[in-house]
Amino acid sequence: MTAAATTPDAVIVRTPAEIKRSRYLGITYLFLAVVVLWFFARWSVDLGNFTFKLARPTDPSAPDLTLSAGRVTLIVGVILAAMGGVQLARGFGKMNNLVLAIGLFLFIFAFLGWATAQSSIGAFSMVGMMKTTIVRSVPITLGALAGVMSERVAVINIAIEGQLLGGAFVAVVVASPLTGGEDPTLILGSPIGGWIGVGAAVFAGMLLAWVLAVLSIRYVVDQIIVGVVITIFVTGMTSFLALRWLADNPELNKGPIFKSIGIPLLSDIPFLGPVLFDHNIFVFGSFILVAFLTFLLFRTRWGLRARAVGEHPKAADTLGVNVYRTRYLNVIIGGAVAGFGGAFFTLGSVGRFDENMTNGRGFIGLAAMIFGRWHPVGAMAAGLVFGFADAMSQTLGILQTGIPSEFLGMVPFIATILVVAGLVGKARPPAADGQPYIKQ
Amino acid sequence: MATLELRGITKRFPGVLANDSVDLKVSSGEILGLLGENGAGKTTLMNILYGLYSADEGEILIDDVPQSFAGPGDAIAAGIGMVHQHFMLVPVFTVTENVVLGVEPVGPGGVINIKEAKREVREISQRYGLEVDPDAIIEDIPVGIQQRVEIIKVLFRNAEFLIFDEPTAVLTPQEIEEFFGILNGLREAGKAIIFITHKLKEVIEVSDDIAVLRRGAMVGGADPATTTEADLANLMVGRPVELVVAKEDSEPGAQVLTVSDLVVLDDRDQVAVNSISFDVKAGEIVGVAGVQGNGQTELVEALTGLRGVAAGTVTIGGKDVTHATPRQIHESSVAHVPEDRQRSGLVMSFSITENMVLDGYYHEPYSSGIKMDWDSARSKAEELVEQYDVRTPGTEVAANTLSGGNQQKVIVAREFGRDVQLVVASQPTRGIDVGSIEYIHERIVEERDQGAALLIVSTELDEVMALSDRILVMFDGKVVAEYRGGAVTAEEIGLAMAGAAT
Amino acid sequence: MTEPQLPPETPAEDNESAEPESRWTAFMNDLTGVNVDWRSALLVPVLAIIAALAVSVVIIVVSDIELWREFSLSALGDAIGQAGSAMWALFTGSFGSLAAVSSTLAFSAPLILAGLSVAIGFKAGLFNIGAEGQMLMGGMAAVALGITIDIPVFLNVPLAVIGAMIGGGIWGGIAGLLRARTGAHEVITTIMLNSIAGLAVIWMLSTDFFQPEGRQDPVSEDIAVSARLPRLLGFLDRNDLRVHFGIVVALLAAYAIYWVLFKSTIGFEFRAVGFNPDAAHYAGMKVTWLYVSVMGLAGGLAGIAGMTQINGLLYRASPGFAAGIGFDAISLALLGRSHPAGVVAAGFLFGALRAGGLDMQVATDVPIDLIGVIQALVVVFIAAPALIRAIFRVKTGEEIGQLTTGWGT
Ligand SMILES: Nc1ncnc2c1ncn2[C@@H]1O[C@H](COP(=O)(O)OP(=O)(O)O)[C@@H](O)[C@H]1O
Ligand SMILES: [Mg+2]
Repeated sequence: MTAAATTPDAVIVRTPAEIKRSRYLGITYLFLAVVVLWFFARWSVDLGNFTFKLARPTDPSAPDLTLSAGRVTLIVGVILAAMGGVQLARGFGKMNNLVLAIGLFLFIFAFLGWATAQSSIGAFSMVGMMKTTIVRSVPITLGALAGVMSERVAVINIAIEGQLLGGAFVAVVVASPLTGGEDPTLILGSPIGGWIGVGAAVFAGMLLAWVLAVLSIRYVVDQIIVGVVITIFVTGMTSFLALRWLADNPELNKGPIFKSIGIPLLSDIPFLGPVLFDHNIFVFGSFILVAFLTFLLFRTRWGLRARAVGEHPKAADTLGVNVYRTRYLNVIIGGAVAGFGGAFFTLGSVGRFDENMTNGRGFIGLAAMIFGRWHPVGAMAAGLVFGFADAMSQTLGILQTGIPSEFLGMVPFIATILVVAGLVGKARPPAADGQPYIKQ
Repeated sequence: MATLELRGITKRFPGVLANDSVDLKVSSGEILGLLGENGAGKTTLMNILYGLYSADEGEILIDDVPQSFAGPGDAIAAGIGMVHQHFMLVPVFTVTENVVLGVEPVGPGGVINIKEAKREVREISQRYGLEVDPDAIIEDIPVGIQQRVEIIKVLFRNAEFLIFDEPTAVLTPQEIEEFFGILNGLREAGKAIIFITHKLKEVIEVSDDIAVLRRGAMVGGADPATTTEADLANLMVGRPVELVVAKEDSEPGAQVLTVSDLVVLDDRDQVAVNSISFDVKAGEIVGVAGVQGNGQTELVEALTGLRGVAAGTVTIGGKDVTHATPRQIHESSVAHVPEDRQRSGLVMSFSITENMVLDGYYHEPYSSGIKMDWDSARSKAEELVEQYDVRTPGTEVAANTLSGGNQQKVIVAREFGRDVQLVVASQPTRGIDVGSIEYIHERIVEERDQGAALLIVSTELDEVMALSDRILVMFDGKVVAEYRGGAVTAEEIGLAMAGAAT
Repeated sequence: MTEPQLPPETPAEDNESAEPESRWTAFMNDLTGVNVDWRSALLVPVLAIIAALAVSVVIIVVSDIELWREFSLSALGDAIGQAGSAMWALFTGSFGSLAAVSSTLAFSAPLILAGLSVAIGFKAGLFNIGAEGQMLMGGMAAVALGITIDIPVFLNVPLAVIGAMIGGGIWGGIAGLLRARTGAHEVITTIMLNSIAGLAVIWMLSTDFFQPEGRQDPVSEDIAVSARLPRLLGFLDRNDLRVHFGIVVALLAAYAIYWVLFKSTIGFEFRAVGFNPDAAHYAGMKVTWLYVSVMGLAGGLAGIAGMTQINGLLYRASPGFAAGIGFDAISLALLGRSHPAGVVAAGFLFGALRAGGLDMQVATDVPIDLIGVIQALVVVFIAAPALIRAIFRVKTGEEIGQLTTGWGT
């Protein structure tokens, strides 16, 4: 035997992928720094102050936050530039994502400050914007949860948009005639007919999910295609029925709206109270669902089996777990969640149905699911990010910054692209995601 | 004493009679060796026994009581346990989660009692000497340990009848010895065991009784005490088998492939090939032995341009190709037989013609660079099909209609069917029938005799030893030993494969 | 890509028709010079259309609100009557007269082009849901050229085609680039790019460049007359014959795509990547570059589709001028099995649905949105022939299997 010469171990400190990402991030920070310094801080001399209101007019318990826009933008710009430099030189290692979050936060803070100071109003309600963030995040979070439930068992659910839209339609069409304007029977601030409407929406979501399940599990049709086709179907069907029913019968399109409920004591906390604890059942429902589904997926027998089916269906099968039944069940539960989210658009918000009113929220929910790494809590966090993008574009519209409203409207969509492009690093989907399971 | 019996089991797949009226019997305290070459129908038979497939005909009896299994759940309940050829473990779960899956100890509300589960796992692993950390994540532990998890899984379900489907395929010779120790322990504990393999030595060493399956049918049995390897080979293949590859001594020429200080990362950005150097000369076959997952895959991918090189250099025929693309490597007269023919070697729904020009489609005579010349592609394909003995109804049928052996021959024909100076072949005969194996081995030796340099990577130690003029052993991303072909025993190589040389 | 897969339950009644090559098949093969099994190639699509129309009749009847108010046999009769006249209007509006046929052909042009856009994506394993946005961008490029340049028609029309191709191609190419460089899944990025394009069009139409002087609503100036696609039946001097040169462009494009896919080297690469990207990579193809070029080409085709909307029909842009054609294109490509010839046939059918749908809405008050439902149903039946087998009790070909890839890759 000729012993092979022992060579020293290769030492790889940073992998090529890491270096590449570091470079992207570093350049992003520098770019943001330039934007802040060049566009915002340029006018620093006479930029004046801006005010973020931390309380609503009705509960003046929290002080306002007033700062000098010039100073804030200057400081933020310098910090961002420094971050970019460090990122390019050596990266932040495990802290990369944290630093990214801080960087984006600082940038947005500076941007909002600048925009506020620029506008003739000079102040806006931070508490209002945060509350809007939560409200706007609800359908996205619920859509993402629907996606989590079904993709955890490896069925791609791209029909979320259709499920939301279907839920929205069914909710109002069922609830309107039942309540007929006013109904004295109030449960949690809303007529019983409203609850039946929500139930009907949940049922509609489950029905659509069942179709998805049958076609993709039993008939092994390509799951992405099934999802898109279901969405096309629901879009066509709701528009068709809206014209056929609602156009001439406005009384069918006047649903009850669930009112906000302030949780005693908690809703009195300054700032956080109104932001978190004064909402309608859809918001609280999404909080509860996130907690409940997390528990279900990661603590119970049922969840272990579901996740096994999503990761390695054959292994689950060899241990006597019924792969098909698990998939059906999870996809349909996801549909129920999405149907509930759909009802939010009508009964939780404006009370009436408009053609295609979900406007892509289901697809954004899908991105939120990916962003949230197929985890309910992550899905909610991602939903909040998108909700914030929504709320911010609304705020900027009010502040009249001169940025065309169409561009502000693009913010959530662009954010979605950045998210799926892996701005925040890649996560692994369930290993069997999208693959049909075929038994002999 | 419990007995398990199969009677007249028949199973058809579209176009294949996988099991043809098979009878089989095993009792407590006995190891039955089930022998058969690739594609003989062993796995199918066991999947039927385990309730995964349903038989077209025949019955399963336990203690003479007929059973009907709607799914594995029923088989498990009847005391049958199976360690599958491809492990059935969820890679992102812990050992404990994998073991209890399907029979979880739960508290109120369906919450898993993970403490209790861990305790039970620990208890079994101590009782049978199967050491494992209950909290380890499966994808982080070596295959040998994963196999222990599979065995614990079966024991956790109180199985009386244990099926092991080609359990030794992924183990080093030393691990195999250890595994046989475990098997004997289980036999002593009164379990009935079916041990499946296509390796003659093993079945003689460990079994109490031997049954041989050929082309789906049971062709006979043998007594391990009296039978010989040659007899078994004859029974298994249906004709006498040449157990060695006939070849002359090599006459190495100039260096063709030179690798120095090569570092390659895997998909998770961990170092997979750790600073290795070697060369391959013209007219020489260099075999790379090693347990799967020790960097061979990444090495081959780096050499053929499919994976980036993190450090070091690669030259082929004097040209630096460290950062060359697969196309540039192809154009340096390199043939590449990839590890997984269905994943990357073929487009399964393409015709044979299309697959024959898969990597040469862009140049003369198959195309002008813009327009394909399908006529010349077809005539080349017909020529290669003829020359390389691909058994197919024609060149226009899709690759997925061919058997594994013939699919592999398509790849070999495409890659060898032009002038090459270097051949890189990974698992060239994995999972194919003996006839095709012999054929491909002959072709490999022929390429050598025509002056090509060959690098053959295989986890089949017998294959490496039979073919190679020089043997490199890879362990943990390094070349830990180098031997001259024919001057080394399997035991020596086995020790090196297990990392004993470091 | 995985091996062909069987559904969990294959029907056992497979041995009844031993399939002798029918005289009809022989005739079709002689006629077309193409050797395919015409029965199985056409059976599923035709039955799927029949099934979808039948379901839509049920939908019309069931959705009659009078029936829900108070059920009576006469109300049921009325509802069925309405459904019947709706189907009749659907037919006469698409094939019933020269004007109807002309209108069908006019609608078919952008549908075929957008369908080709989606189909070529499928062939390369990419799901282009972005045809709608690409149409918008291509169409806006055509508008930009059409309102600034006035040269003879035989130059101006090709210029519009090229401009639209570039406009749409860039929009599609972005999705391809994102997929290639970052792995961002094209399904999500193209949907987002649709929304972005929709907003971008509204914004553009508010700029001085596009907006006619004195207008405040989002609408563009009219394009030059020389940029209009000539009317094919213009010599008849009738106003209602709208079929224009766009249908010729669409058919030429279909042939070109056929040639590219099956006769050219790059088409071989597209198909190889579509079936098995790993094998394509192994074979030395530049998978990332292929993703960009496929999406660029797909976007270009959709861009031309947008151009035919503007230069053939509307002569100026207003928001949403793509009219959902980009989404219809998905169903259309699936119905046409992603083959250029199939796409052309499906394009005519969908064009007929659009033309007939307009008549239906006017004549019977049944909203035209029904055709979206019909199209979705057609695809469901196409994608799951097992349903067709169950409904019609016939033997059919295989399921279409996996066309797309999930997030993991
Ligand atoms: N799921 C299946 N579908 C079709 N054919 C199969 C399937 N599984 C196995 N076969 C075929 O059945 C035969 C026996 O395969 P297998 O039982 O895996 O053999 P072994 O385990 O002895 O190598 C082979 O020809 C194989 O191709
Ligand atoms: Mg086997």
